[in-house]
Amino acid sequence: MSFFEAVFDPSFAFLRNALAAGFLSSILFGVLGAVVTVKRIASLAGAISHAVLGGIGMSLFLAATGRVPWLTPMIGAVVFALLAALVIGAVSLRAKQREDTVINAIWAIGMSAGVLFMAKTPGYTDPTSYLFGNILLLSNRDLLLLAVLDILVVFLAWRFYPQINASSFDEEFARVRGVRTGAVFLALLAVTAVSVVLLQTFVGIVMVIAMLTLPSGTAGYVSKSVAGMMVFGTVFSLLFTGTGIALSWTLDVPAGALVVVLAGAVFLFSAAARMLSTRIRKRKSASAAGGGRA
Amino acid sequence: MRIVKGSLKQGFIDPVTEALLQRLFLAGGNAVADTQARHGPVAVRFDSVDFSYERIPVLSNVSFHIHQNEFAALVGSNGSGKTTLLKLLLGLEKPVAGRIVLFEDAAGKGRERIGYVPQNAGFDPTFPVTVRSVVRMGRLRPSSRFFGKEDAEAVNEAMEKADIADLAERPYSALSGGQRRRVLVARALASRPSLLVLDEPAANMDSESEKRLFDTLGQLKGSTTILIVTHDTAFVSSLTDVAFCVAGGVSGCSIVRHRTEPAADAPHDLYGGSASRVRHDIDVPDSWCCEEGNPL
Repeated sequence: MSFFEAVFDPSFAFLRNALAAGFLSSILFGVLGAVVTVKRIASLAGAISHAVLGGIGMSLFLAATGRVPWLTPMIGAVVFALLAALVIGAVSLRAKQREDTVINAIWAIGMSAGVLFMAKTPGYTDPTSYLFGNILLLSNRDLLLLAVLDILVVFLAWRFYPQINASSFDEEFARVRGVRTGAVFLALLAVTAVSVVLLQTFVGIVMVIAMLTLPSGTAGYVSKSVAGMMVFGTVFSLLFTGTGIALSWTLDVPAGALVVVLAGAVFLFSAAARMLSTRIRKRKSASAAGGGRA
Repeated sequence: MRIVKGSLKQGFIDPVTEALLQRLFLAGGNAVADTQARHGPVAVRFDSVDFSYERIPVLSNVSFHIHQNEFAALVGSNGSGKTTLLKLLLGLEKPVAGRIVLFEDAAGKGRERIGYVPQNAGFDPTFPVTVRSVVRMGRLRPSSRFFGKEDAEAVNEAMEKADIADLAERPYSALSGGQRRRVLVARALASRPSLLVLDEPAANMDSESEKRLFDTLGQLKGSTTILIVTHDTAFVSSLTDVAFCVAGGVSGCSIVRHRTEPAADAPHDLYGGSASRVRHDIDVPDSWCCEEGNPL
């Protein structure tokens, strides 16, 4: 059965869910990715996304052993993500010189704690399913959460765009203009943390960072503003996820990984094309200047 | 010759020195024409300000003031504490002791009247932003997202003053160092500031850009209080009314006020082609400009 036949087949609701998730995630990847990219906090988002595994592992362990039966992996992930964001944010604002060490520590400790908890959880638990995710397993509830988060993130980006834009470009100047850049930064980390928790269900923990940076990075080559980067980033993410899901159906390979490979390939191609065009332009202007002197 | 603080009023100087001093004050800098400005309201006042990073003293007992519409220069070698002093003025740091009065308000509340041009004009070379958008950041408010007609007019006016109107839609990353500096000057002017603070404005600037910058500052002089921070301790722009030097000490740096005089031997392209020498050998009391009867 072809991909397009499957999309309209009533028995393949999960495939339509996957496409809907791709659409909703693309908005987050585009809007949030642009801010993460221009503020250069991809490594901070990376640490938060990996710390999430600790929360997932702890929740699975506590629920499976009957200590906290109602605790879901999602709740544990959100708690760990917000804690990681708070610690990283505080260190970044108050002790910049220790930022790298703390980011790496949270990254490693979060993942290791997750693996340890899962090892002691009764029954079989596979950490790789959380690392790489599976877009084909999304529920309607997941889609609703993604839609709510989309609305929240788009509203915040629209409402505080001048402050986000100015503090990303020149934080000191924004502070002089009275913008509470520390609060903007912490709010951004918190929203990133919650988004990462939901997005990791789509492409997995490892690949969230790739999708937060690659479409936005590509969009940066064709945008004149951060807002443009958000729009183009969303469009590119839509193209990558749609194409990735269609190809994964046809080739029978994991959708999340394929989406990221596509996004990465286009980004690298764009970067190479930009370097080449810049070099050609410089060469032309140099030869024109030489001709002018002659 | 070194004249210590207070000696001018106490008659401790000999007639020859006094005559020399009178000549310096009358001929040097731009003294007489700016008498009115010097007796105007105070734009910036540092009153016995101390500042330390953790327990390391950086500034100690810093006291100075700048009158409204004066053109002031803050000079000092690298690491002398100029940047710290600037951060205190901008409200980015809080003093350990003493007080900073800005337009009769505490520092922080009067910050919206400051236009600030930072030393670093590089930023992220891949940041997608046009010149107009950068200048509009000068109209940024703490939480509002809207820019109105008045903001647009102020942005256009600032770009005209900084001579960058033709660059408005160009990407900031595509500009030269000198053009970027002028964009940041326009960004500061967009707020229609009462106090314009420029940190090393001529750094990495070619002589043509430097001349255009100081032409712009010359047009602003008299209507805006201007403070330029520079590591060049020998010369300042001839626009300068008053020069402050950050002087080192074991328990932290302090500020000494000096006079300036025309410098015919300064490099011809410095500060747009007209520079004054800082007379480090003559300290002037900070209260000198405010005391009636003193020659200016």
